[in-house]
Amino acid sequence: MIVTRHLTKRFGRARVVDGIDLDVREGDRYGFLGPNGSGKTTTVRMLLGLVYATSGEIEVMGRRVPRHVRAALAEVGALVEAPAAYGHLSARANLDLVDAAGPSGPGVSRTNRTTRINEALEIVGLAGVGRQPVRQYSYGMRQRLGLAAALVRRPRLLVLDEPSNGLDPQGMREIRDLLLRLNAEGTTLFLSSHLLAEVDQLCNRVGILDRGRLVAQDDVTALRAATGRAVVRVSNPAFAARLLDGKIEERDGDRLVVSGLSVEEVTSLLVAGHVGVLEAVPERWTLEDAVLALTSHGSDRVGKPEPEEAR
Amino acid sequence: MIRVELRKLLLRPRTWVSVFLLCLLPAIVAIFLHISRVGPRPGEGPAFLSAVLGNGALYPAAALGLVLPIFLPIAVAVVSGDAVAGEAASGTLRYLLIRPVSRTRLLVAKLISIGAYVFIAVVTVAATAYPVGISLLGTGEVVGTTTVSGTPLTTPQLILRTVLTVLYIGWSMLGVASVSLFLSTLTDSALAAALGGLAVLVTSTVLVALDAAASVRSYLPTRYWLSWVDLFRDPILWRDVERGVIVQAVYIAVLLGMAWANFATRDVTS
Repeated sequence: MIVTRHLTKRFGRARVVDGIDLDVREGDRYGFLGPNGSGKTTTVRMLLGLVYATSGEIEVMGRRVPRHVRAALAEVGALVEAPAAYGHLSARANLDLVDAAGPSGPGVSRTNRTTRINEALEIVGLAGVGRQPVRQYSYGMRQRLGLAAALVRRPRLLVLDEPSNGLDPQGMREIRDLLLRLNAEGTTLFLSSHLLAEVDQLCNRVGILDRGRLVAQDDVTALRAATGRAVVRVSNPAFAARLLDGKIEERDGDRLVVSGLSVEEVTSLLVAGHVGVLEAVPERWTLEDAVLALTSHGSDRVGKPEPEEAR
Repeated sequence: MIRVELRKLLLRPRTWVSVFLLCLLPAIVAIFLHISRVGPRPGEGPAFLSAVLGNGALYPAAALGLVLPIFLPIAVAVVSGDAVAGEAASGTLRYLLIRPVSRTRLLVAKLISIGAYVFIAVVTVAATAYPVGISLLGTGEVVGTTTVSGTPLTTPQLILRTVLTVLYIGWSMLGVASVSLFLSTLTDSALAAALGGLAVLVTSTVLVALDAAASVRSYLPTRYWLSWVDLFRDPILWRDVERGVIVQAVYIAVLLGMAWANFATRDVTS
């Protein structure tokens, strides 16, 4: 659905996006992760033809961007950074105006516009909004309206930049369930976020961006690979510690982290020594570990430069 | 897209507030003229104000003369400066573009909507000034409707010339609009674009009055603004009106070309 080859964007001398090769397949729930300022939003804008790439190629829905951007975006719904709407108009009037501005497509026509708008408002939980102008909406309501705008054209690909901004925990849960349902119905999701938890709960594939470079792109399960250590919880930690002498790297109450032995080996050793094993699993990287290991600080952290001698 | 832009224009309260204010100024002037019956001496003050004292039917033209130097350009500059920059600042520009709407088409729609605003404003000012003029200043039964040159004017002639005036002033305002629209594609600040457009006009007005700048005078955008008065001479003095139309056409074409070239190729990062 989205393919980029060596996509690069320079603003002046800074390479904001540096030769990234994205590959988002049909049906993916793709999480695009990275610290603040790593180039996520610029990439999203390039995919949507708002910002022009310095070099490299972009294909969205099998069509070249920006050359054929209008055809490419016909079945794409997007939320780029904050939602935006005309403050003096109601939610319906806003959706109606923007929908009328563009071309019709498959399943998208003038005649079913009202139906589609009502559907979208219903899905995001704004069915009851009346003629109240958007100016008076709370941030969460605007966010929902932004999502509705992305959904009005029943897109096959949803590109969402921080979709749960401004929502409370219930709202985030609701939107997550909504996105999962849409995905199950065949919508591909491209979710740009710096919220690990959100991506962890929602996505099956991730791309990790660091200072404009794509440092990883893989299935979430692959990134959560085993670390080679075993984690056990035992009934008698002191005795177990003696049995596993020298292999224990961390000890926290009855929880021991053992290195150099497989889970099977640890279990049989403990059982042979008559230590009750409550739990024994291979330790896995969390998505957070993977991301933190692969990325540096966000550009919003401006620390003191390191002194010369330290380098 | 064009229909959408027109709907946006008409649904916006600002459009109607500004048009109302534009109509208010001539009405205030008419009330003062009605009470005092003291007009500027012929040849002084805003065009036509001396003539309308005896005849309210000329008041639409006089009203346009009143709003033309300052209020109309301000209103037009604000609306056209807001056209792209305002959408960029509120973030709606990116949502229109990913709808998807082609940038050229968006700009054309903006231009048409600005044109519609200019003509709504000019026509409304002229249309409201007529009843105001007739009711407060009389129908000129004594003097009869005359041209600036002093010859009598029949009603169809008067209507034709007023329509020509509306068109000429509308065209001049499109010149103002194209400056602000171009600036509007350069910046994300609607205020900067509007003020930039006005700065160009002030500069032009100063240079028109400056003898040292006589060599460039004929090419300045405001040079022929007031030439619509020539439409009320007998016979109509076409020379300056024609030049005015041509000068504005050049400005409009060049600035819109620049606006398009800039907007179609720039990164939308707002």
